[in-house]
Amino acid sequence: MSAVTSESPTFGRRLAGFARVLISPRGAVFLLLIVLLVAITVLNPSFADPSQLIRFVQRVAPVAIVAIGQYFVIVGGEFDLSMGSVVTAQVVIAGNLIGQNDANSIPVLLFMLAFGAFIGLVNGLIVSFLKVPSFIVTLGMMLALLGATLYWTGGAATGNPADSFRQIGRGGIRDLPVIDILPWSVVILVVVLAVAVWFARRPFGRTIIALGDNPTAARFSGTRSWWVKTSTFIISSLSATVAGVLLVGYAGVHPSVGRGYEFTAITAVVLGGVVLGGGRGWVVAAAAGAFALEALFTLLNFAGVPSTYRDAVQGAIIILAVAYAATTFRARRRGRALETSPVASTGAKGPDPNPDPAHPAPNPSTQRADNETKGGS
Amino acid sequence: MRRRFTVASAMVGALALFTLAGCTTDPNVGPATDNAAPTEEEEVEWFDQELFDKQDAERDVVPEGPEDQPWLQMINPEMVDTAQFASTGPKKACFANASISNPWRQTGWITMNQQLQVLQQAGAISEMETRDAQDSDDTQIADIDYFINEGNCDVFIISPNSTAAMTPAVERACDTGKPVIVFDRGVQTDCPVTFIHPIGGFAWGIDTAEFLIDELEEGDKVVALRILPGVDVLEQRWAAAEKLFDEAGIEAVDYFTGADPAEIKKIISDELAKGDVQGVWMDAGDGAVAAIEAFEDAGVDYPVMTGEDEMSFLRKWKETGLTGLAPVYSNFQWRTPLLAAQMIFAGQQVPKEWVLPQEPIPAEEVDQYLAANEGMPDGHYAKFGGEDLPGYPQVWQDRVIP
Amino acid sequence: MSTTTTPAPTPARRGRRRLDASLIVGIALIGVIVIGAILVASVGRNFFSAGNIRDILTGMSVLGFVAIGQTFVILCASLDLSVPYVVSLSSLIAADLMAGNPANIPIAVLAVLAFAVIVGLANGLIVSKLRVNGFIATLGTGLIIKGYLDTNYKGTSGLVPPEFQYIGATGVGPVPISTIIMLAVAVVAAFYLARTRTGNHMFAVGGNEQVARLSGIRTARPLIVAHVLCSVTAALAGLLLASRLGVGSPTVGTQGGYDLLSIAAVVLGGTLLMGGRGSIWGTIGGVAIFAVVDNVMSVMQVNPFLKDVVRGIVIVAAVAVYTARVTERRRPRFTASGATDASGGGIARGEGPGGGNAGVGTTAVERSQEEQS
Repeated sequence: MSAVTSESPTFGRRLAGFARVLISPRGAVFLLLIVLLVAITVLNPSFADPSQLIRFVQRVAPVAIVAIGQYFVIVGGEFDLSMGSVVTAQVVIAGNLIGQNDANSIPVLLFMLAFGAFIGLVNGLIVSFLKVPSFIVTLGMMLALLGATLYWTGGAATGNPADSFRQIGRGGIRDLPVIDILPWSVVILVVVLAVAVWFARRPFGRTIIALGDNPTAARFSGTRSWWVKTSTFIISSLSATVAGVLLVGYAGVHPSVGRGYEFTAITAVVLGGVVLGGGRGWVVAAAAGAFALEALFTLLNFAGVPSTYRDAVQGAIIILAVAYAATTFRARRRGRALETSPVASTGAKGPDPNPDPAHPAPNPSTQRADNETKGGS
Repeated sequence: MRRRFTVASAMVGALALFTLAGCTTDPNVGPATDNAAPTEEEEVEWFDQELFDKQDAERDVVPEGPEDQPWLQMINPEMVDTAQFASTGPKKACFANASISNPWRQTGWITMNQQLQVLQQAGAISEMETRDAQDSDDTQIADIDYFINEGNCDVFIISPNSTAAMTPAVERACDTGKPVIVFDRGVQTDCPVTFIHPIGGFAWGIDTAEFLIDELEEGDKVVALRILPGVDVLEQRWAAAEKLFDEAGIEAVDYFTGADPAEIKKIISDELAKGDVQGVWMDAGDGAVAAIEAFEDAGVDYPVMTGEDEMSFLRKWKETGLTGLAPVYSNFQWRTPLLAAQMIFAGQQVPKEWVLPQEPIPAEEVDQYLAANEGMPDGHYAKFGGEDLPGYPQVWQDRVIP
Repeated sequence: MSTTTTPAPTPARRGRRRLDASLIVGIALIGVIVIGAILVASVGRNFFSAGNIRDILTGMSVLGFVAIGQTFVILCASLDLSVPYVVSLSSLIAADLMAGNPANIPIAVLAVLAFAVIVGLANGLIVSKLRVNGFIATLGTGLIIKGYLDTNYKGTSGLVPPEFQYIGATGVGPVPISTIIMLAVAVVAAFYLARTRTGNHMFAVGGNEQVARLSGIRTARPLIVAHVLCSVTAALAGLLLASRLGVGSPTVGTQGGYDLLSIAAVVLGGTLLMGGRGSIWGTIGGVAIFAVVDNVMSVMQVNPFLKDVVRGIVIVAAVAVYTARVTERRRPRFTASGATDASGGGIARGEGPGGGNAGVGTTAVERSQEEQS
């Protein structure tokens, strides 16, 4: 619940705590991002040029949007591994269905959104009602959706969609002072982020976090957990759809666009201090995690690190960043945790040698139900 | 628990007994022949002066064979006798394919299936059974073993996923006494009847690097976009180009892109942010359009560029009018293996190493290839060589993949 | 709260539980085999011919090794995404050290195992001591190994002597030696889980780390051991692949997609993804289901793109069937194994039933998340 309270305080109080927040686990990602951006600027001063910076934001926008979608799934206690395949499928759909005909843009865009929502709905319903762990459901969706897309197109899309459609990801408002160009991607990212922040503060958004934090508690407080859960998957698939629209403009149509996005997004979200397993995190930090990750790649590039080393450096940094956040949290919270341990053990109600079939079982639809309620049945 | 332990020990005992009683080595499995032993230097360092010189020379050889059928042409052939395989009637071909995971392989695979139809109608091939290894060495080895044991194959056609790893399995296929045809990537044994391939990666590297060196000046910068490490046909392209760039004083930086256009665009954008880029070199043209668009978006002049004969690149090349070259890794080679099988069963001689021509598409030929491939999807390859096959052009336009 | 003695559950109960888990996986496997045999027969082939059985069993071997190790890790509520890179580097270390000389085989095998232990220790320590989630920790170590591979190896390397190649290419009748070794490892692994204290503690830690710790289990140890065992079995898979390929390959692990496939196989085998319950034999059943499905699709010459569609559907459908069955007869976790039974019971009896306070009792959960993150 701490995630929610941290967002609520007055603006002034947050400013006052800025320095403290920066070294706190939740702020660590912003500190990391600032360090990385400064390092890039030192290596390549032209990077600080506003027009370059805005290009950087444009480039990160699809990843950040995917990370925002993944945030809602993760904070609700689940995974979405199908996001990369959704991006690929949407990119290919745009290429094949819009073609060179501008008039198709709007209907196909609507179709893509509906298709994205449908994928999320399928994921969510299988997780909620068939009780299959989301890791497995979305892994299966990842394989099936990519395979179906490739089968449909014979492996390669017909070609790029009409240029007007690609402007969403490629173009922007030109001839502006200072930044030169304001890419549509950046505008869309800002809108998505604003909507996400607003949504996370709504009762429904808080319910997602509550569900991720403690499904049993959420259920007892009257949450329709299947709908909350399903909606997070719909959000993530829709965000993957938006990212697909941006990427088809930025990069063009290719079956490898979107590949690996699910892991990039999860890494970004975790870098943002969001806890895998749900219940805690801040959506802005998740987006910042995406920026930090991309800034890291850019830094490695500017530093002239051979391309083969990049994975290794990335691996080391994500471990260190998460370890820093985790150990700091532990140190800060240890005292309170020990105090509350009796409550903890009562929360984990013990076994009954003769299980009563009528006893309310925890919601077994999720991994978290099996893990985090800790034998709460 | 005790019962479980007993069961476990019983199983171990039973396994031990089985092993003692019936340890049979499959007759197909023999020790690898020594001549295939690779030296470690060759493995790690891709540059090979001898092969470089050979492919360099082959670029200028006028190939033997029918002029309008490049897939039947051969460069410096050393013919071998196949009388031992001569036999009548339709034969069953077994094809162990590495994968159809990129547009080049998909295009070739479509062409191969249309060629199969022709040979089936001609009564040369009864059927072709295909197993696709989906880019996995281990799967392809199992596929070849399956064909040996269960396939009732008359001829093995193998497109190896990787060179050294597939060698033992190919040798097992050879040991069956049936003809074995290898194409695209090679193996480290000469047991197959014929090994079909275009001139090769070094020739690609020489063609492209010489073009860029001609068009650029000493000290200019070239960004090399490479798909992935460790594949010999790709590594040799870069090994040759890198050497020539180095000798000509051209600064070349290389990146692995996974053929992902988003990745390509980021790389080029970052390079442009660092400083001017005069040339772009690619080890495969897949994703070339994203590289060109990165220059457009940055608002700088187009680079001198080498891509591939993929339609997306040819179209963008034409549209932008940049200075370019489309090197070719002849896609029509996918027709040759089945035709070679037909020749082998007819007792005709085939080359031990069947080197197919491999000619880049220069600027003056772009229009001709664009016209010839009108309506093909972006992932299509201009030199696919299937214009005379049934189903043309519909099958390639729809990318009908069996 | 003592865990020194672990009163075993009554044999009957234990047997019934095991039957439940293995039975469903077994029935699913038989179902897949029956459907597969019919489909294979429809194209005029014999599913049960020696060559086909051999193809299936070969397909099981490598994934089987990896999945056995993954079972340990998942039982402890962690994950190991670094296995493909461990597999690749193991094959390279083995092939390079053997260098075609049979006399080098023992040294090469030992070096590979030592390497695996180091990686496993690193994974285990990062997860248990640095409190990094297993997903991220092993994603990170995997990337580090990948960076090493890409930097130092440009393609296949080394040479495996023929003596060692026999392991990957010889069989007892239709049964490959590699499968026999894999099954032997499975027997040892199942024995380890059932009969050793650390094995038992894995269930406890995976089921509820909090309770396990409060009942006196040193929770880090089972977790570290599980990660070490996982890396070791991945290394065995790498050795087997080196034997089959005759060389080491820097991409052979990623080619097989062993990270996600092994996790899918483990879950398909009835192990709970978030730990605490599962069995090695279920995992082997899951691996077998994959192998049969792949074999049948290859014999039927299914379009390679459609193969992935079928795989995706099979994974979800099989787990759905399984979870639907299991949730009906769900039992309290703490009867899952002797050790947890005792420890969990101690706490529960001490504190009394606490289901009622679940609405406010989020602290325990929150705290355990902090420690997991």
